[in-house]
Amino acid sequence: MAIAVKNVTKRFGDFVALDDVSIEVPDGGLTALLGPSGSGKSTLLRVIAGLEQPDEGQVLISGQDNTETRVQDRNVGFVFQHYAAFKHMTVFDNIAFGLKIKGEGSGTIRERVKKLIDLVHLTGFEKRYPNQLSGGQRQRMALARALAVEPRVLLLDEPFGALDAKVREELRTWLRRLHDDVHVTTIFVTHDQEEAMDVAEQIIVMNHGKVEQSGGPRDLYEDPASEFVMSFVGPAHRLGEAWVRPHDIDIRHEPNGKTIEAMVQRIVHLGFEVRVEVTLTDGEQFSVQLTRDEVDELELKEGQIVFVRPRSTRVFGPDGTGSKVTNEPEVAG
Amino acid sequence: MSAPSLRARIGLRSIVLIYLAALIIVPVGMIFYRTFEHGLSQPIDAVTSSDGQNAFWLTIVCVGIAVPLNTIFGVMTAMVLVRQDFRGKAVLNAAIDVPFAISPVVIGLALFLVYAPRNSWFGGWLMDNGVQVIFSTPGMVLATIFVSLPFVVREVMPVLQEIGTDQEEAAETLGASPWQTFWKVTLPAIRWGVTYGVVLATARALGEFGAVSVVAGSKLTMPLFVRKQFEGFDLAGAYAAALVLALLAMAVLLSMSYLQKRSARSPDADEEDHELPGPGVFVPQPVKEA
Amino acid sequence: MLLPLAAVFSRSFSDGIGHFWSAITDKEAVAAIKLTLISSLIVVVINAVMGTLIAWVLVRDDFRGKRFVNSVIDLPFALPTIVASLVLLALYGPNSPIGIHLAYTKAAVVAALLFVTLPFVVRSVQPVLLEVDKEMEEAAASLGAPNHRIFRSILLPNLTPAIIAGCGLAFARAVGEFGSLVLLTGNVPFKTEAASVYIYGRVQTSDYSGAAAVSVLLLAVAVGLLFALNLFAGWRSRHERS
Repeated sequence: MAIAVKNVTKRFGDFVALDDVSIEVPDGGLTALLGPSGSGKSTLLRVIAGLEQPDEGQVLISGQDNTETRVQDRNVGFVFQHYAAFKHMTVFDNIAFGLKIKGEGSGTIRERVKKLIDLVHLTGFEKRYPNQLSGGQRQRMALARALAVEPRVLLLDEPFGALDAKVREELRTWLRRLHDDVHVTTIFVTHDQEEAMDVAEQIIVMNHGKVEQSGGPRDLYEDPASEFVMSFVGPAHRLGEAWVRPHDIDIRHEPNGKTIEAMVQRIVHLGFEVRVEVTLTDGEQFSVQLTRDEVDELELKEGQIVFVRPRSTRVFGPDGTGSKVTNEPEVAG
Repeated sequence: MSAPSLRARIGLRSIVLIYLAALIIVPVGMIFYRTFEHGLSQPIDAVTSSDGQNAFWLTIVCVGIAVPLNTIFGVMTAMVLVRQDFRGKAVLNAAIDVPFAISPVVIGLALFLVYAPRNSWFGGWLMDNGVQVIFSTPGMVLATIFVSLPFVVREVMPVLQEIGTDQEEAAETLGASPWQTFWKVTLPAIRWGVTYGVVLATARALGEFGAVSVVAGSKLTMPLFVRKQFEGFDLAGAYAAALVLALLAMAVLLSMSYLQKRSARSPDADEEDHELPGPGVFVPQPVKEA
Repeated sequence: MLLPLAAVFSRSFSDGIGHFWSAITDKEAVAAIKLTLISSLIVVVINAVMGTLIAWVLVRDDFRGKRFVNSVIDLPFALPTIVASLVLLALYGPNSPIGIHLAYTKAAVVAALLFVTLPFVVRSVQPVLLEVDKEMEEAAASLGAPNHRIFRSILLPNLTPAIIAGCGLAFARAVGEFGSLVLLTGNVPFKTEAASVYIYGRVQTSDYSGAAAVSVLLLAVAVGLLFALNLFAGWRSRHERS
């Protein structure tokens, strides 16, 4: 294991930011810490980096207990949400900072920085100051700066959080490729489930200072361990005791078996995908995800009375005692 | 007001301009006239007399000691107040403003009561060891330090708050020690705040009169020299020395507006170009959590 | 720094409470304190009005020489106080070229205090005025509010905290002012002698307990005001965050 966190607890006054958290991150992997704000994901990352001291528990990096090690000696790369660029230094000096601290010779520094600048596609920007760069460029510079000291692990705290949607998506793909090239063990924090699923090989879902579940993107989506994971990773609706995904719902014109009566409120065309918003007789509202063809075939109109039927539902036992899936077979006729 | 009529605007503008002219612009202009009213020789003789020159150099000594000390102390205090949490922080924060809020004469008296050769707390002991503070240069330096103490702290604190801890933490993750982090990251980031504070402290130290006059001995600083000439009916001399001080003050103002422009143009200036506050404002700042 | 101030306290009470009381109820002391407090109050009121007006003109109006006027505001702060005294004397003193003779009158005290406290209200209102959302005023205008109404109900409430803060600082400065009064007011006991000048006089005549007693009174006013302003600033930042 590249990183192991064992039973870490961290309090800020009365607030428990991390509550007996244990995680493991494999060597060379790309792992996402996913959770809503205040879930403790950033605190966990800062504890791993040594920027925060845990009240209890241990942090192991490459098998060594680093709990008491100073930030300076942990050899971790850290990338901040708001770049933390050294504003008074050029791009070159920013990236060279860690190497200068290490006392590398100027020849080595020049060579290494040049390589990194090529790697993050900032060639020609060496003499610019951070204020003369776009947000995406600044974050790439921050990444190069963190990679310059050849860290054992790379930690990214909401690295794309301050960027606009388009740049964010570009950088995601770019980070993925960079990781394929550099292969340094990487953990990144995000509150965006789509981003986590897009980039990471392993996702650790956190909520209220605890780990809810960890696993591959597909495991989390198909086999969520709790109601929180079900609702946070991908869309989900609650129907009575059961949870259902919007694409696991059928719409038909005639009642049949376990169908529920509903009225079509609004039909939203999102290209290939169509979102049909319906209201049940008890006033509850949810949406059903269909394809354009399915909607055309059904000739759905707003205001129409239809009958909906969940194809696959999931019921969670109390307090993480597991879940039960019910698959409703298609009733003939 | 979105669109006051032109007449109202010109009316308000005129009131303001007349007020400022009567209170400041014309009186300050008058000092030039009064100085040279009876020719050049008298004022020049006054400031180049040995008394005038001594006063000038003593002022330089006071400023030269007080300002560097207050700069080091100011940056350290600002770091502690912004970056650390401890009990009594609010009290320390308020105490920094004390020299600014109380009468210079009271400051002078306070120093007098502690360090005077007789009837004081430490003065007698210091005197026995050959150090005379009050009625001598050390006392005047102390008074100058006291009155110019808050400036660097108050200019640096908001800048430190503004830059946050991200850059410092980034430096640490890259292996920089706290000492290296301070010199390579924090200090360059706050350099304009420090410079600005230094300029303000210098202005105050140059012109301090009340506190220094209580503890002054036979040697005079420039402001004390102004008073002595005035009371000795050497009006031209008094005006001439005052003119020197006024010119120094204007140089301070000019260097400040130059600094404002420089800092706004420096490569690490914020995109939203907010001006540094004017020197007259010391609105007390609430202490924020570190 | 705190040690010298402690010395002032200890000295003022060194001969007992009774002596302290008689020192601050000394007729000359009372006259000086009264003059200081009343002139400071007058100065603060004038500053509240003129300071706000100057700030408004500097932010919202536009004319040639505005930048010059803007930098003139800081002059009283940069100018040594003794020079301020001489400066006012040059224009309003004996053989005044415009025939206005203020020197050695109570009006001179007010003029000197006005000179040295000018920047406070202007410089605390100015940044707030710059940041006031103009859309608020435009919204009010679109709802049919006349200009004086917009000023009173939209602009003024937003500026009030800054005006109060500036006035507090101006008052603290006015109460303790010394240098600018020395040459201009003549320091006639019972007439134009301000509190700080009185303290100075006591020190010169070696009445240190008397000087310390009045100092404690000034200190109490200054520290009380500072404390109130700190509380006010803290309350304001909490209030605006919620």
